Amino acid sequence: MSKRVALEASHAVAEAARMADVDVIAAYPITPQTHIPERLAEMVANGELSSAYIPVESEHSAMSACLGAVSVGARTFTTTAGQGLELMHEVVYVASSMRYPVVMVVCNRALSAPLSVWGDHSDVMAVRDTGWIQVFCQTNQEAFDLTIWAFRVGEDLNVLLPVMVNIDGFSLSHVTEAMMLPEQSEVDRFLPKFQYPFALNPDKPMSHGAFGPPEIYSEAKLAQEVAFRKSKETILQGWKEFGDIFGRYYHPVEQYRTEGAEILLLTMGSFTETAKIEIDRRKDEGEAIGLISLRLWRPFPFKELHQAVKGAKVVIVLDRCVSSGMGGPVLSEVRSALYNEEPMPRVVGIIGGLGGRDMTEKDFEYVIDRGKEIAENGTEKIIETVGIRGERDVGIER
Amino acid sequence: MKTETIKFGKNLVTTKEFLAEGHSFCTGCGEVLAARLAFKALGGNVVVASATGCIEICTTPLPYTSWRVPWLHTLFENTAAEISGVEAGLKILMKKGRIPEREIKCIAIAGDGATSDIGLQALSGAFERGHDFLYLCFDNEAYMNTGIQRSSSTPYGASTTTAPPGKFSIGQISRKKNMALIAAAHDIPYVATACPSYRFDLMKKVRKGAEVKGPAYVHIYSPCPTGWRYSTNLTVEIGQLAVQTGIFPLYEIENGRYRLNADPPSLRPIEGYLRMQGRYRHLASEEIEKIQQMVNEDYARLKEKVAAFPA
Amino acid sequence: MVQNKLKTAFDLTWKDMEVGNIVTEAGSASFKRTGDWKSERPILDKQSCIKCGLCWIYCPDAAIGLSEDGYYEADLYYCKGCGICANVCPSGAITMVEEEEK
Repeated sequence: MSKRVALEASHAVAEAARMADVDVIAAYPITPQTHIPERLAEMVANGELSSAYIPVESEHSAMSACLGAVSVGARTFTTTAGQGLELMHEVVYVASSMRYPVVMVVCNRALSAPLSVWGDHSDVMAVRDTGWIQVFCQTNQEAFDLTIWAFRVGEDLNVLLPVMVNIDGFSLSHVTEAMMLPEQSEVDRFLPKFQYPFALNPDKPMSHGAFGPPEIYSEAKLAQEVAFRKSKETILQGWKEFGDIFGRYYHPVEQYRTEGAEILLLTMGSFTETAKIEIDRRKDEGEAIGLISLRLWRPFPFKELHQAVKGAKVVIVLDRCVSSGMGGPVLSEVRSALYNEEPMPRVVGIIGGLGGRDMTEKDFEYVIDRGKEIAENGTEKIIETVGIRGERDVGIER
Repeated sequence: MKTETIKFGKNLVTTKEFLAEGHSFCTGCGEVLAARLAFKALGGNVVVASATGCIEICTTPLPYTSWRVPWLHTLFENTAAEISGVEAGLKILMKKGRIPEREIKCIAIAGDGATSDIGLQALSGAFERGHDFLYLCFDNEAYMNTGIQRSSSTPYGASTTTAPPGKFSIGQISRKKNMALIAAAHDIPYVATACPSYRFDLMKKVRKGAEVKGPAYVHIYSPCPTGWRYSTNLTVEIGQLAVQTGIFPLYEIENGRYRLNADPPSLRPIEGYLRMQGRYRHLASEEIEKIQQMVNEDYARLKEKVAAFPA
Repeated sequence: MVQNKLKTAFDLTWKDMEVGNIVTEAGSASFKRTGDWKSERPILDKQSCIKCGLCWIYCPDAAIGLSEDGYYEADLYYCKGCGICANVCPSGAITMVEEEEK
């Protein structure tokens, strides 16, 4: 029987890793992720969790140690944020290209400079291309659920890929909310043991990580990409199985009050909850508006996004990151994904919530009004933002 | 009927080749010779983590491998971190009963670049955490696989492509980083230097390092005909000269206590050693004299340590 | 030991790639005829050979094998002709001669 508890999201994640009975944890502390490795270290120290906790000396070594652990068949977990994710950047690519199922929870944090320990999506947007399955959480419940689910999907023999679970730094990681904590037996029913088919063992010597000359690299990459796209089947299957056991069903694109919506607000992560308040207010006033939230970020949910925007004339994307010189990364991707949509909705975007800058319902009110304005009369500024003090867009050519 | 072992005095050496024939190392490569000997000493109950470098490139071009032992390569600077994960993974899986308990030694192999430069941090971390592993550094004194660029293991006065001699330079202007002492400073149970020319000494040290519980480090001199520019048949001879001139002394540091394995009554002049190699051919006699002084100094310092902390 | 040559990289399609590009067959690279590299080959004078085994242990390519009559002889399939064996041989039983034109 699940029980209702109040847990900080970081601790919920640690609890999920514990219930998943991870074998190896290699993590380096960095704000705002620190509560996760701290809680895990505590669990290992007092025997609540039977795991090898490797207190590595950097994030680069954290991911590297994870690779070593997976290579011998261990269920492996790590967690980082911001600068840490960037420091391990090259190793992140290796995890996916070697098809090593590591689960990593990222407490999304802004990138230097200036130094910021607070939340935004810059860190995760820099790893879009790395070949990891990536999801975004809005609540503590999701942080817990998706961590458990991540092991199920990543370690599936048809997948064998690493999974990144994103929770907003501070605005989710440090928030205590009520949530349902399942029983260990339920988790055990959902999550089988990790059986890595290529575990390094003297009885059957194999070589992992051979180098790829030009005559073979392309084939290796295509094989990896095909497997990555195919993982969608197991992603959906995993969510179905999760719902059947725990009663909560997750989907690649969450649709909130989108019936009859001509205008859609698109958000990701914990700010979605705040946005929903503004959507409710407008909905109650009779506005034909709704909200969609990308829960699955990679592999990009093309099909579900097309489905979700049917009938909408305008999609307003909120980005919590600037892709320098290009604009909001999510905006770019959504526009690109909808390019062949007939008729294609007007897709516009606004950037906000950088470096821990909070967004209230009033900010979302501005986002929607301004988004509608741009969609209608094409007066898009070079950089559309919300909540930034001062003049903008002075004489910059498009 | 293939012989299992070959007897050399009281040493029995297995005929098994854990690094298969037909690899792509250069003709006369001292590194693969050292690796071949090391793996004969280690046997097959190992998991090997290998850094980017000559060893990795010459043994594993997709879709083939020369390795007859379990082997893993990811990147250049993280071998020590990788092997930490392997070691912790194996330990916990055995503890949890997920794999049968058995002797599997974790071995990390890396070049001087991957060890003393880009991989120093990861190595230091792995030593500090006390993982049970053996780290073998194959020192060919430069980043050889990428084209003979300098490393912090390149000796003073040597020519490399990124520290070439010229009007304003002697070549390498810094002195060789002493990795064995850096390893020993971490208070690990076993540190040693070895040279493939002293085949049984090398094998014994690798064996010793493997049998120790906790981190062990063996720094292996690896002559490179391509990078050092000498005739391919002289690999073993150069190694002997390196030890006899004192520029690469053979010693062990066991729990902080020193043992000098080879202490010739007088060191042979360094000039003979330097003149054998094209990478030193730009050196004038004053510079050779300077190098001789450095060698004498370093050797004297080593002997002081041996006297102060005898094994 | 010459093994059956596997498909070359050029023969493999993306579907043939193992998961994570893991090479599951140990020692598969040993089909490579590195003996083609040499410009000199070792010739053994059995009269002088004292069967000490130094050439065997010092060969970087593990290209020297122990024959039935106890002599250590180079396997020309792999031997790259480095000449280390000739250099270490205590009785001068090995000479390096120029590889003949085919």
